[in-house]
Amino acid sequence: MDFYRAQVLVCGGTGCSSSGSGEILERFERQIAKNGLEKEVKIVRTGCFGLCAAGPVVIIYPEGTFYSRVRVEDVDEIVSEHLLKGRTVQHLVYKDKGHEDERHMSLENIEFYKKQKRIALRNCGVIDPENIDEYIAFDGYKALTTVLTEMKPEDVIQTVLDSGLRGRGGAGFPTGLKWKFAAASKADQKYMVCNADEGDPGAFMDRSVLEGDPHAVLEAMVIAGYAIGATEGYVYVRAEYPIAVKRLEIAIEQAREYGLLGKNILNSGFNFDVFVRLGAGAFVCGEETALMASIEGQRGEPRPKPPFPAIKGLFAAPTNINNVETLANVPQIILNGAAWFKSIGTEKSSGTKVFALGGKINNTGLVEIPMGTTLREIIFDIGGGIPNGKRFKAVQTGGPSGGCISTENLDIPIEYDTLTQIGSMMGSGGMIVMDEDNCMVDIARFFLDFTVDESCGKCTPCRIGTRRMLEILERIVKGQGVQGDIEKLERLAKNIKATALCGLGQSAPNPVLSTIKYFRNEYEAHINEKRCPAHHCQALLNYYITDKCRGCTACVKVCPVTAITGTVKERHVIDAAKCIKCGSCVEKCRFGAIEKR
Amino acid sequence: MKSIAELEAIRQKTLERVSYRKDADNDIRVVVGMATCGIAAGARPVMLTFMDEIRKRNLQNVTVSQTGCIGMCRLEPMVDVIVPGKEKVTYVNLNPDMVPRIVTEHIVNGNPVMEYTIGAAEKK
Repeated sequence: MDFYRAQVLVCGGTGCSSSGSGEILERFERQIAKNGLEKEVKIVRTGCFGLCAAGPVVIIYPEGTFYSRVRVEDVDEIVSEHLLKGRTVQHLVYKDKGHEDERHMSLENIEFYKKQKRIALRNCGVIDPENIDEYIAFDGYKALTTVLTEMKPEDVIQTVLDSGLRGRGGAGFPTGLKWKFAAASKADQKYMVCNADEGDPGAFMDRSVLEGDPHAVLEAMVIAGYAIGATEGYVYVRAEYPIAVKRLEIAIEQAREYGLLGKNILNSGFNFDVFVRLGAGAFVCGEETALMASIEGQRGEPRPKPPFPAIKGLFAAPTNINNVETLANVPQIILNGAAWFKSIGTEKSSGTKVFALGGKINNTGLVEIPMGTTLREIIFDIGGGIPNGKRFKAVQTGGPSGGCISTENLDIPIEYDTLTQIGSMMGSGGMIVMDEDNCMVDIARFFLDFTVDESCGKCTPCRIGTRRMLEILERIVKGQGVQGDIEKLERLAKNIKATALCGLGQSAPNPVLSTIKYFRNEYEAHINEKRCPAHHCQALLNYYITDKCRGCTACVKVCPVTAITGTVKERHVIDAAKCIKCGSCVEKCRFGAIEKR
Repeated sequence: MKSIAELEAIRQKTLERVSYRKDADNDIRVVVGMATCGIAAGARPVMLTFMDEIRKRNLQNVTVSQTGCIGMCRLEPMVDVIVPGKEKVTYVNLNPDMVPRIVTEHIVNGNPVMEYTIGAAEKK
């Protein structure tokens, strides 16, 4: 075994890849070869580190130096300074917001990582996901060994039950119970399915797990297969995750080569193999019955439940479906025991949850926190707060199925049940932060627009009901709302929730209901006063030039419809009738003299 | 088809390579002065010999890293060997031939090679 004195970890997640980490890696390889360091320094392409806002990310061990926003041009300097001479390149080292003078050297010291507890993401950004040996080195496939040699299927199910693990895909159904139902069904053929059809806009934890630690998911699938008595597994992953698909396929190949998938795994007599099925990216295919239909080659449409998949699922056989993140927890639960997992998080929601932080937040990225952490801690401590000194307004959790949470609920501990109580939901873990510039009516319209688009059209409440709701919302943001619209929305929402066929329709009205609940005044302002309090809805605002105007005429030149008039060195005026509200003048004005009202 | 024993062998073998990325607080650290003065005095061959010895002996929990100039350029190449819980030992005026002895006596057996240390050099 070769001994390397230093290892360069380059993030190969989708975020960093799209900002050029591939070229950075190549440059490292070239520069290291040029300096004759190949035998001393190893380069590893890892999965996502989580702090995508600081990408592309490079970490150098043994020091653990965390370099952020690395550009290809910076590589030469890192190689010649850090790797050759042992001097940290200070100006590239990641710095916490507000502590710019402190030179944080290593990952563990960064605010973003301090409060996190990584179970599902434990190997992401640490191992080379395309190398099964590295996964094995970090106790990979050890849980499987334990399961196959020391445990009976019912012991495995009992352990998962005792751990309190609940589905991380959104609904939060106890995983052990799901396994128990599938195990109880008698059939010659059963299936184990991994739901990697991550559809929520802004959620990317499943992608990151598949990209950064695909073997953890495979190992868990074999364990689950053993527990329920299935011999075949399918991973249903969307085709728009090319890196995840590629690494998953490499992982499956390697696991087969090592005999960890296939016939007679580890001489236990247990057979299990995994196949990948690509989805075309329809949101509804994340719903389990629609997902199974899609795997079978049919149109991805849901069907009524019962029968539940555990009785009659894929190819009419008993089937167990778990989400990627749920599965990523399983090997750790087996290794460390149910009591260990139960000790993390809260009584009703044990363990951790991964959230994808996005929107108006400084540290965009992936965070894994123990259940029971408050939203305030996630947004302000880990997430680094709201950029540009703006005020926090709301956070949207659970994507198009979830709801908005306002300031008053920032201090509630995050659990499945508390989130549902305040009208949102855990969902898959998308967390979109909004500041004072976001109009809540428009946010509701945005999410509903998404669900209307993604509705499969099979059942009437979802196909037509959500469309009617969207029409009302569109009317309101255009300033054409009428009295009674809010009540109409509420009534439609209630009926759709009660009658839609699947989870998509049943949860589609949530963003509307929660915004009405916490921001009813904004709806009323739009309807009654034809005013958008956040100054966001273009139809409801006008541009004014204040007395800060120096008469520089810059806005006159940039206005595409010549709506601005005025003479040099005198305050200009915007003709509201001509103005198309494009905002070009605001961007151009150097004195901040143009206001939206 | 791999057996459980083979899996364990892979784990042990790979662990050496990846253990760097784990908590390194309990590692023995070999820190080589690699500023211009160190490099000019021949720190690179010294460092490479350290790595070679560690590789040959299959030592775990030893990291080799570099540092800058600490101001005693006349004593380069300098190497610090830091064993957790013990005082840091600084070796000076090293050449590759001296390294195997430091690895065997100090890193493996825990007895610093006194005659190579900065204390011995200062007395001369």
